[in-house]
Amino acid sequence: MAHFTKATSIKDWLNQRLAIEKVEKVMASEYWIPKNINFLWAMGMVLVITFTMLLVSGIFLLMYYQPNVNLAFDSVNYTIMREVDFGWLWRHVHGVAASVVFLIIYIHMFTAIYYGSYKKGREMIWISGMLLFVAFSAEAFSGYMLPWGQMSYWAGMVITNLFSGGSLHADGLVEWIRGDYVPAQAFLNRFFMLHVLLVPLAIIGLIGLHFGALRIPHVNNQDGEEIDFDEESKKYLAGDKAGSKVIRFANDFMSKDMLVVAIYLVFFFYLVFFHYDFAMDPVNFDPANGLKTPTHIYPEWYFLWSYEILRPFSTNIGLMAFAFAQVIFMLLPFLDRSPNTVPASRRGLFKYWFWAMLIDMIVLTAMGKVPPIEPFGTIGFYAALTFIGLWIALPIITMFEKKA
Amino acid sequence: MKNKEPLILAVVVFFTLATYYLVEPFAHSQMHKHFESEGFAYKDLPAITKTGDATRGKELVMGAGACTGCHAITSQGLQAPMDAVTSASAYGVNPPDLSNAGAVYDARFLNALIKNPAHALMVEHKFNPASGKTHPMPQFYGAGGDLDQEVADMVAYLESIAPKADKLTPTMAFETACGRCHAVHYEKWTQIGEKPAFKKKQDELAFETNVLNYQDSLAKYMGTLPPDLSIYIRSRGEHYIKTFVENPQQYLKGTAMPRVGVNAEAADKVIEYLEDSGDAKRHERESVGKNVMVYIVIFAIFALLWKREIWRDLH
Repeated sequence: MAHFTKATSIKDWLNQRLAIEKVEKVMASEYWIPKNINFLWAMGMVLVITFTMLLVSGIFLLMYYQPNVNLAFDSVNYTIMREVDFGWLWRHVHGVAASVVFLIIYIHMFTAIYYGSYKKGREMIWISGMLLFVAFSAEAFSGYMLPWGQMSYWAGMVITNLFSGGSLHADGLVEWIRGDYVPAQAFLNRFFMLHVLLVPLAIIGLIGLHFGALRIPHVNNQDGEEIDFDEESKKYLAGDKAGSKVIRFANDFMSKDMLVVAIYLVFFFYLVFFHYDFAMDPVNFDPANGLKTPTHIYPEWYFLWSYEILRPFSTNIGLMAFAFAQVIFMLLPFLDRSPNTVPASRRGLFKYWFWAMLIDMIVLTAMGKVPPIEPFGTIGFYAALTFIGLWIALPIITMFEKKA
Repeated sequence: MKNKEPLILAVVVFFTLATYYLVEPFAHSQMHKHFESEGFAYKDLPAITKTGDATRGKELVMGAGACTGCHAITSQGLQAPMDAVTSASAYGVNPPDLSNAGAVYDARFLNALIKNPAHALMVEHKFNPASGKTHPMPQFYGAGGDLDQEVADMVAYLESIAPKADKLTPTMAFETACGRCHAVHYEKWTQIGEKPAFKKKQDELAFETNVLNYQDSLAKYMGTLPPDLSIYIRSRGEHYIKTFVENPQQYLKGTAMPRVGVNAEAADKVIEYLEDSGDAKRHERESVGKNVMVYIVIFAIFALLWKREIWRDLH
């Protein structure tokens, strides 16, 4: 057993038992971050703040939401929106944050792709990040079921149908997932459980893994520079703050994080109060009706690109393409055969690959929402082929990449 | 080294806005028909050529026009000959109380309505010689004098007894224009009136039975039960509701929903009623929103100052 002495202060008392000074060093003051990083590196903190807002607003909504097919719709649209003081505020914060969190996730992802932050020891950061993307997708989808509006019901119907596997006709699996032949009470209850318990637990666990995965390889930087963190941190601690290539996480980088967060929050709250419609589809303000299919069924914007990879093909090929799209990002560190951990601008053909992928995903996103009439059907078809083609080309073009 | 952050920010903003444009304004323009409002002018209906006289109009409304044979004018002490449920079983829908008609409906529309209801209401696809059905409101063929003058007199009378525009409340406008077909359960409104608070369960059940009976007649008459409008302001939006009410056929060819014939002021009142129901906290949202924006901008200024302070030593 450790030796304990009479504490001289509360801090000392805690220090003897919890090593808070050590923890503070490890987590903040001597957690070293490269200095040459831009505001895109603050997206992690922006995500933490957005996730916190989702969690807090979700807790308040949970106190009034009723997971019952007869009550759910009015518990959201009447009780929370009209009866509960500031219920409308929590709902709008929750709805807008759920949409915006995906914008930030995509920025975070494409930042990693651009700067090669998934390579040479950083593979687990990327993989845990992609697992977080999957978990957030499950969280977004299950949450979308809860208001039990028309789009909740029909999105639930369409997405669970995917599990029948086309020609495999795994209808038993679909029924098992739904707990019924169609989305009904059992369906709503289990998606409620997933949304408020199981998936958030998974997300919190994965966030821990994601942060942990950063420790050993350290944060990447915008110049593809290999930094000797031990050497540079010594320089910093010796007083040469300006000459050192690293800075403390707190307060050095944190002060920049907070500036980015503050600017983000101006944008975020503008959306919450004055421009929330994009995140709350009008169709979902009609109560669920299993006898009346909406004219247009489409997922929320952040799922549109993968939806459009499914849609232009025949059922079986579409499902295979969809499955491909779901897992392929996870394999990025292994499909990129180049050893260069530098920005895409210094990586030959990969530079064009990056921008082509970004633009192709935006085209897919746009085509996923509009009705599949011409010319949109054709554009979507070729954009989906381009997506698959780009991934097939990736190992080849990176294999021949010159050492940067 | 050159600061690349403004360029990076521009790239992020550009791709974000491009995506937003494509999935919101662009996609919606491809998915939904868009019609501009005609300003509730009802230009397809004949213009009014005669100046009405309310006194003669009163005689026609009470006498030869036979309006009160079906319609109540409660503001003048005239009750409807039948209650709402019985009326609905006879006509399909309860004929409106005319107390507020002169304030809610456009004069040109009322003129055309009295002469030919199915035409003014845009339901000739339903009521025509081929279908063998006639609109429950009979056409007024005149009381022996000049038809145009007589109709203008009747409209003048309805306008003379109606509340002035500034006295017309959102609830009055909604009840007269929409409330006999559409329930709004967030406002406790049913097709036969506002649901009161009942002391006895028996009374409540009796009321609900009446509502259900009324709804059965209505559903038979309209083909389907018209939807509850509680949060239509969120599901459809102001523009759609206004242009739909102006001309339902342009959106839904063949719909049983009649052109309502409200004037522009009454349309605004109806929208206000729907906002009170479906977007009740909008004023609070705007005022809280402004305060939050001010707070968060101040927070951003402090964040900027803190960052500068910390980074002074790091450069």
